[in-house]
Amino acid sequence: MHAAVIVFPGSNCDRDMAVALERAGAKVSMVWHKDTALPEGIDLIGVPGGFSFGDYLRCGAIAANSPICRSVVAHAEKGGYVLGICNGFQVLTETGLLPGVLLRNAALKYICKPVGLTVQTADSAFTSGYEPGQTVTFPIAHHDGNYFADAETLKHLHGEARVAFTYNANPNGSADDIAGVLSENRRVLGMMPHPERMAEEAHGGTDGAAMFDSVVAQVVAA
Amino acid sequence: MKARVHVMLKNGVLDPQGEAVRHALGQLGFDGVEGVRQGKVIELDLAETDADKARDTVTQMCEKLLANTVIESYSVEVS
Repeated sequence: MHAAVIVFPGSNCDRDMAVALERAGAKVSMVWHKDTALPEGIDLIGVPGGFSFGDYLRCGAIAANSPICRSVVAHAEKGGYVLGICNGFQVLTETGLLPGVLLRNAALKYICKPVGLTVQTADSAFTSGYEPGQTVTFPIAHHDGNYFADAETLKHLHGEARVAFTYNANPNGSADDIAGVLSENRRVLGMMPHPERMAEEAHGGTDGAAMFDSVVAQVVAA
Repeated sequence: MKARVHVMLKNGVLDPQGEAVRHALGQLGFDGVEGVRQGKVIELDLAETDADKARDTVTQMCEKLLANTVIESYSVEVS
């Protein structure tokens, strides 16, 4: 299983994501945002957290239009796997690969703390290591995590079981407590909480490890 | 020519920053401020000299980058 982690100026969770993927058995290549092509044979792309391009204009907007993101979109469109965490989720909504947008937190404050989440679906390579309804704890660290989508989009997301995670105590005003959503083909996941920061004992918990283990195992088998 | 783009959150999208500004105005004694919406102004210097072409190009810029039309509306002025 060969994963690429995209590095933008201002990314700060790229190493964390690479370590979590390597720990689960993936070979990881770091790919700079100015590169126009991915290495050969990439199975999964990780779009990491951070503050790409200083969050200028809108969070993720400049990154979504960087050269490498055309390859990320092409990879997803041909059925490839993509995981966007935190700023990576914002980037994926800006590319249009995932619906909705992340607004400023309702209380206007940057929030950095572990939060309880409920796994809403195990039907994806990312979440098959969890039980539906299971509670997990991942940290959040964001200023703009307030998920917004229009009523029609939310209806689709619920109807197609594409809400992957919800907050147990909504920290940021997200519509329907949504913390993470899947694409229509369930191969693109975007989420604000950080499973890669809860993937080994030294992190204070290992709830995130199952996500990397299951996606690495399933993509190898596919 | 110059173009000026106004980007605003659409009606119906909660604007927590505007709401915080409204609250702060109230604390400063400005009564009767019933709503505040905060947006952005983007000014562009363009080599184009034809106003219609400039407006078309800037509209494409808005659709592709300057606004996120899921939540934002925009207007373009050229001069």
